[in-house]
Amino acid sequence: MTTDGKTPRGITPSQTVGPFFAYALTPNGRYPFETLAGNDMAVPGAAGEVVTISGRVLDGEGKPVADAFLEIWQADGEGRYPAGGASGNTGFRGFARAETLDEGRFEVRTVKPGPVPAPGGGLQAPHLCIGLFARGVLRRLYTRLYFPEDGAMHAGDAVLALVPAERRDTLIARRSGDGRYVFDIVLNGPDETVFFEA
Amino acid sequence: MSIIYPLNSLASHPPYLAPDYVSTRLRSPSRPLVILPHTLSELTGPAFGHDVVRENHMDLTVHHAGEPLGERIIVTGRVTDEDGRPIPDTLIEIWQANAAGRYVHVNDQHPAPLDPNFTGAGRCVTGPDGSYRFVTIRPGAYPWRNHHNAWRPAHIHLSLFGPSFLTRLVTQMYFPGDPLLAIDPIYQSIPDAAARERLVSRFDLETTVPEWALGYRFDIVLRGRGQTPWEDPHDD
Ligand SMILES: [Fe+3]
Repeated sequence: MTTDGKTPRGITPSQTVGPFFAYALTPNGRYPFETLAGNDMAVPGAAGEVVTISGRVLDGEGKPVADAFLEIWQADGEGRYPAGGASGNTGFRGFARAETLDEGRFEVRTVKPGPVPAPGGGLQAPHLCIGLFARGVLRRLYTRLYFPEDGAMHAGDAVLALVPAERRDTLIARRSGDGRYVFDIVLNGPDETVFFEA
Repeated sequence: MSIIYPLNSLASHPPYLAPDYVSTRLRSPSRPLVILPHTLSELTGPAFGHDVVRENHMDLTVHHAGEPLGERIIVTGRVTDEDGRPIPDTLIEIWQANAAGRYVHVNDQHPAPLDPNFTGAGRCVTGPDGSYRFVTIRPGAYPWRNHHNAWRPAHIHLSLFGPSFLTRLVTQMYFPGDPLLAIDPIYQSIPDAAARERLVSRFDLETTVPEWALGYRFDIVLRGRGQTPWEDPHDD
């Protein structure tokens, strides 16, 4: 209720995070404020295979976006989303923030998620939910990252089925080594990543 | 296809492409967004409690040895969903420029002084009725390079989580009567005038503390589930 007794109507609109968020949202030891969430969520005891995902955020001319950050939300290796802070008492929080620095590059260390329930029954292919904030981005961009080795599950995944076939590749990370993946996010242009409205 | 949080709530937001805000031109998707069903992945979200917030995080004027320069203010309000239900125990993060309009961020080149007694970052968790309160100083306006003689109206950046990945919000709070609002491409990127005005705080004498600080009220409304029941088995 507002002070005049009326129920507020309509949500508070979004605004850009701007270029100068780091000292509050991603201080990471460079600014005198404690970090809420860093880019490493692979705490000891977290269920699942430890993986590192790195990539670049690029604009419509292929130029690096060096003033962005990603927020990642995911289940643990057994497909459990943390409730009320942690999952399965392992300390896994399922949430990370990864800022882009030089060359628009980010990196996150985590565990590979397991499949999670799909709305109509069955399972969704393992995925990370990614929210992207940056200067010039007025509203969080929402995308998902899938893993290349799960092709069989991708074929039956209800979310991937909604994505035009020729653009599905933009949502699938590339394996670059043992436990290492590369995932570039292109905000605009011919190679544009698929973004969701949800 | 199950959509739990009604999509029409999103009409309050600015579009991704707002050409007068030049940085959006190469940073906004040109292809249609894919409408996503609200699965367990969207309906859950991170929880942050008092464990990540220290008592003094809500008072940005006490983080250093001395007091920051500028006009001390109190910013308070309630976080509710669009159906009017309070949102308790949710984290709010804020950040802002100092009284001279300068950020401590290394890339801020505005030739205005830094204040050794002001970082400009704060956090708090909403109470049982969704209320929150910060003590800070009124930020200054600052120039930016969007167009000739461009100045941002004074603002405080805010970040909220709410109960799910879909209620996540990053926004900015403005001050009443600011003449720069009418010519600010970021504020004006919101097409709906009523939605825009929800970003302008209200001077509040009841919040104002005599001999100490002016008070501003800023209520925040996150997405709600409307009348849609949580378990709608016919909607998939
Ligand atoms: Fe700003």
